[in-house]
Amino acid sequence: MSEKTLTRMDLSEAVFREVGLSRNDSSQLVESVLAHMSDALVEGEQVKISSFGTFSVRDKAARVGRNPKTGEEVPINPRRVLTFRPSHQMKDRVVAGNKR
Amino acid sequence: MIRSELILKLAEENPHLYQRDVERIVNTIFDEITDAMSRGDRVELRGFGAFSVKKRDARMGRNPRTGESVKVEEKHVPFFKTGKLLRDRLNGK
Repeated sequence: MSEKTLTRMDLSEAVFREVGLSRNDSSQLVESVLAHMSDALVEGEQVKISSFGTFSVRDKAARVGRNPKTGEEVPINPRRVLTFRPSHQMKDRVVAGNKR
Repeated sequence: MIRSELILKLAEENPHLYQRDVERIVNTIFDEITDAMSRGDRVELRGFGAFSVKKRDARMGRNPRTGESVKVEEKHVPFFKTGKLLRDRLNGK
C-alpha cells in the first residue's frame, strides 16, 4: 500500500487536468463543492452523492461519559454528528483495489 | 441534497461555465477521492473531513440462517472522519 495523503491541491489539479479550467478556477470550484455540501449538512440536510456515498447528520443524546485515564465521570452534552455511508460501488472498489 | 442539485447550485454560481463542464468537475472530484481510497491513500480536506481506508482482519463469521461457520477474508473499508470546523459548525459553534 502506498499510503499517500491527497489534499485539496490534488483535487483541484485533477479538475485542472480533466476539465482544463485555470488552476485558480479549479481550486475555487473544489472549495465551492465542499462549501455547498457543508452548508447543506449544517442545515440538517442529507447529502447523497450517487455511486459515492451519503453524508447524514445524526442527533446524539446527552450521556455520562468517563475519562478512561482517571475514571472520572464527565457529562457529554447532546450533539450533532456527521456520518458517512459509502455506496456499494465505493466499497467494492476499495475492497478490489486493496487486495493483496 | 443530491449530486444533481449540487451541480445545479454550482452552475448558477458560475454562469461562465457550461453545465456539462460543471458536471465533469463534480464527477472528477468524487472520482479522484474514490480512486485514492482504492489505492489505499488518504484524502484530507481540512475543515471538511478526511477519507481513509481501514483494514478489517479476516474472521470466522456465521451464516445467521443456517448457523454454519464461514471464513470471512481480510478486507478494506472506506472510512470518513469529520473535520473539526464542520463538527463545530454542526453544533452551532
